[in-house]
Amino acid sequence: MDPVVLFFLLGVIARLLKSDLKLPDALYETLSIYLLLAIGLKGGVELAKHPVAMVAPQAIAVIAMGLVLPLLAYPVLRFLGKFNTFDSAAIAAHYGSVSVVTFAVGLAFVIKQGVAFEEYMPLFVALLEVPGIVVGILLARTLAQGSARKKIHWGALAHEIFLGKSVVLLVGGLLIGSFAGPQGIDPMRGLFFDLFKGVLALFLLEMGLVAASRVTDLKRAGPFLIVFGIVTPVVFSMIGAALGRLIGLSLGGTTLLAILAASASYIAAPAALRIALPEANPTLSIGAALGITFPFNLTLGIPLYFEIAKRLHF
Amino acid sequence: MQTHPKKLLVIIGESALEKFLVRDIKQFGAHGYTIADVRGGGTHGTREAVWEGDRSIRMEVICDEAVAKKIAEYVLSVYAINFSLSLYFGDVTVIRGDKF
Repeated sequence: MDPVVLFFLLGVIARLLKSDLKLPDALYETLSIYLLLAIGLKGGVELAKHPVAMVAPQAIAVIAMGLVLPLLAYPVLRFLGKFNTFDSAAIAAHYGSVSVVTFAVGLAFVIKQGVAFEEYMPLFVALLEVPGIVVGILLARTLAQGSARKKIHWGALAHEIFLGKSVVLLVGGLLIGSFAGPQGIDPMRGLFFDLFKGVLALFLLEMGLVAASRVTDLKRAGPFLIVFGIVTPVVFSMIGAALGRLIGLSLGGTTLLAILAASASYIAAPAALRIALPEANPTLSIGAALGITFPFNLTLGIPLYFEIAKRLHF
Repeated sequence: MQTHPKKLLVIIGESALEKFLVRDIKQFGAHGYTIADVRGGGTHGTREAVWEGDRSIRMEVICDEAVAKKIAEYVLSVYAINFSLSLYFGDVTVIRGDKF
């Protein structure tokens, strides 16, 4: 197990044992800004080396996956899980969107395995943040009955989604990285690239504390959501891995796309959905995404998705 | 020194509401506000402000009683159904009456 995951487990244990350990708010905010920018920059530098004609078809396929995943999750939640329209759509949106931190841990994992991967993958992270959220909101608003079938304020919603911190920093980093190129970014290498794993470890310590704080949510959510939070990422990872293979990604790239498909958003999606679908109970979606899927992906999921990708790259 | 009686309206709620509350109180005629990040708990559980989705704010508005009541009624009718909210009034005395 990668040592960064041990930092996460330390956070989980500290919280469960009611330790007074707490990272200052400002540090949490700083670390998350750093991680988003660093991932974006790294992807941007690599993106500049690849022709648009090669990356564009892959990007379109990845966006299509982002649109389809919540459509698969919704009926399961609505009809098997018996959640109402809003909760089903909101949870589906979280699972359609992605978790940048899960991707970061996946990146560390792939690098440790020493397998090749498309280093412009952060582009796909940025592309996958939005579609799942939009589909979730559309699902809720078109399937809702009566007065709940409100008009969607697209202007305000677009602002919330596209100008949320994670999209701004990822896309900003990608643009700066591809504009500046390797030489331009080189003086910042020490901060943004060399320190990356240490910062990730510190951030995961905090995420362990946060994830473990959602345990009480799970008691309210019930057993279905717990099973959903584990089965969905595994099924979605297979879709991600199959797509990765189909669009010609390497073993590392396929693994990372499987990880992205398996991950559930807990920064961009909750913020956008709280505004766009206030009727949905955030305890359910966040409890599942952060309390179950995130820890599962970090500990068991990522190595499993690597194995799935390996099967496809025999 | 001349002083003026005013109402203090305090709204404690999810930070997702911040920009909507700011817009609303201005529409009802309040001249200003103060916002602080806070944490706490109640019947709906605890909000510890440990990450983005868990943050809460306390908004303080000093204004005329009629404005404060209108804001409170509106906020309760629009947001209280789906968001955790606490509201209360207080009597305050200000020095510059025209500022509020």
